[in-house]
Amino acid sequence: MSMPSEAQLLFMGVGGVLVVATAIGRWLAWRAGDKPSSLVENLNQRIFAWWVMVALIGLAFLFGKGGTILLFAFISFGALREFLSLTHTRRGDHWTLLTAFFIGIPGQYYLIWIEWYGLYSIFIPVYGFLVLPIVSAVRGDPTRFLERIAFVQWAVMIAVFCVSHIPALLTLDIPGYNGKQLLLVAYLIIVVQGSDVLQYVFGVLFGRHKIAPVLSPSKTWEGFIGGIASAVGLGTALWWITPFSPVQAMGMSMVLCVMGFLGGLVMSAIKRDRGVKDWGHMIAGHGGMLDRADSVIFAAPVFFHFTRYWFTP
Amino acid sequence: MIKRFAAQLIGTVVAAFARALTGVLPNWRGCRPDPRQRVYFANHASHGDFVLIWTVLPHALRRATRPVAAVDYWGGGVRGFIGREVFNAVLVDRSGATQEPISVIMQAMQQGASLIIFPEGTRNTGEQPLLRFKSGLYRMAQARPDIEFVPVWIDNIRRVMPKGEFLPVPLLCSVTFGEPLGVRPGEGKDTFLDGAREALLALRPGRSAA
Repeated sequence: MSMPSEAQLLFMGVGGVLVVATAIGRWLAWRAGDKPSSLVENLNQRIFAWWVMVALIGLAFLFGKGGTILLFAFISFGALREFLSLTHTRRGDHWTLLTAFFIGIPGQYYLIWIEWYGLYSIFIPVYGFLVLPIVSAVRGDPTRFLERIAFVQWAVMIAVFCVSHIPALLTLDIPGYNGKQLLLVAYLIIVVQGSDVLQYVFGVLFGRHKIAPVLSPSKTWEGFIGGIASAVGLGTALWWITPFSPVQAMGMSMVLCVMGFLGGLVMSAIKRDRGVKDWGHMIAGHGGMLDRADSVIFAAPVFFHFTRYWFTP
Repeated sequence: MIKRFAAQLIGTVVAAFARALTGVLPNWRGCRPDPRQRVYFANHASHGDFVLIWTVLPHALRRATRPVAAVDYWGGGVRGFIGREVFNAVLVDRSGATQEPISVIMQAMQQGASLIIFPEGTRNTGEQPLLRFKSGLYRMAQARPDIEFVPVWIDNIRRVMPKGEFLPVPLLCSVTFGEPLGVRPGEGKDTFLDGAREALLALRPGRSAA
């Protein structure tokens, strides 16, 4: 699977958007002179991080299926590490954690590499969910057992299972679309991350009424409506890179944006519960891997299964 | 020459591995990474502790900073080479059979080295966040009021490599440097040690690392 010609157009488009964003960010910083506000500084950090992320995805795409699977396996590693760092596991969970990292991640991505749909869709929710508590139970420490196990199970669900459904799009056999599945990965990321960025922009410019003041103070109704409406517009306009018709693309992007928004809300609830603002510090300006990926994580499995159900024989 | 090169290479590899595994970043909350003589005193939960502190120090400070380590663990074999050549450790005999640990430490301070020390005296594997400090820290601070004593909280390493395990789990760790302190005029041993212990505990991140 090599990079389809549409992908090159797509990357040029994204590059163009980033050039404009960089110019605006620089202009804002220049206008502010010696004392750019923390908002402008954060904006420029975020834009720089976007260049790096787009470059990494582009590099992975150049290597086709293998490169893409490897990239997301590493994203799973970073995400799982962030998630488990915030949980209350005990010494008795040491081998459980080792299993999650060193059998869970390679196992799941290997199954996607060999395209064994029947197993990769149950490897974690069935085998993982049964084996992980067994490994902990064998060590014989019952203190807060259910809580510890629930944390680890949720961590592999979010960070490995859900993330792996992004490269799993490459295994879908869509009539008339063979060899172009990388575009589905790009479509998912562009629509969901576009929705995040647009919600942020609309929120900063027009945000007045908070949606969830306790869970996520930065989410506003103005940002939500403006961001999702424009991201659905973007998703519809990109129908030509998908196997969908324009109307289908609109429906799909609506589902993606709403799932992305709700994913962000759930992940915020977990962060609040653990008393932290960000998952980590891997991506300057954004926070951790999970802060950037939370929306895509919730959208990916739904996108995968909707596409599989309606667009494969 | 070859030995020196091998030591540098191993040092780089160890630091890169520690970074890849724990994503460790320094948080200079109470002081800057200045090239002056200091004693970094930290909580002790794992053999990986001083490796993390050493990893987050700027290169210029690494060479001048020596961890104080037990000769019974870091004395011989591969660990001995790593301890002596890579980290340039100040090896002390905790039994005190050959030489009093405190005099070995004082001697290293005389030579101008910065030190990394774990005043709990042993690895803390229990439920409480920090054990009581041994008195050596007080004697060091009393003898050398010109040196800065910097509290350093190492977070989460206990879960990466619990006592008795040999495979590390990749989890995020952080190293927080607090405000330097020293013995105030007329300050007694217990007051100083309690104060130093409180200063270290205060550096814990908002989340607990149970």
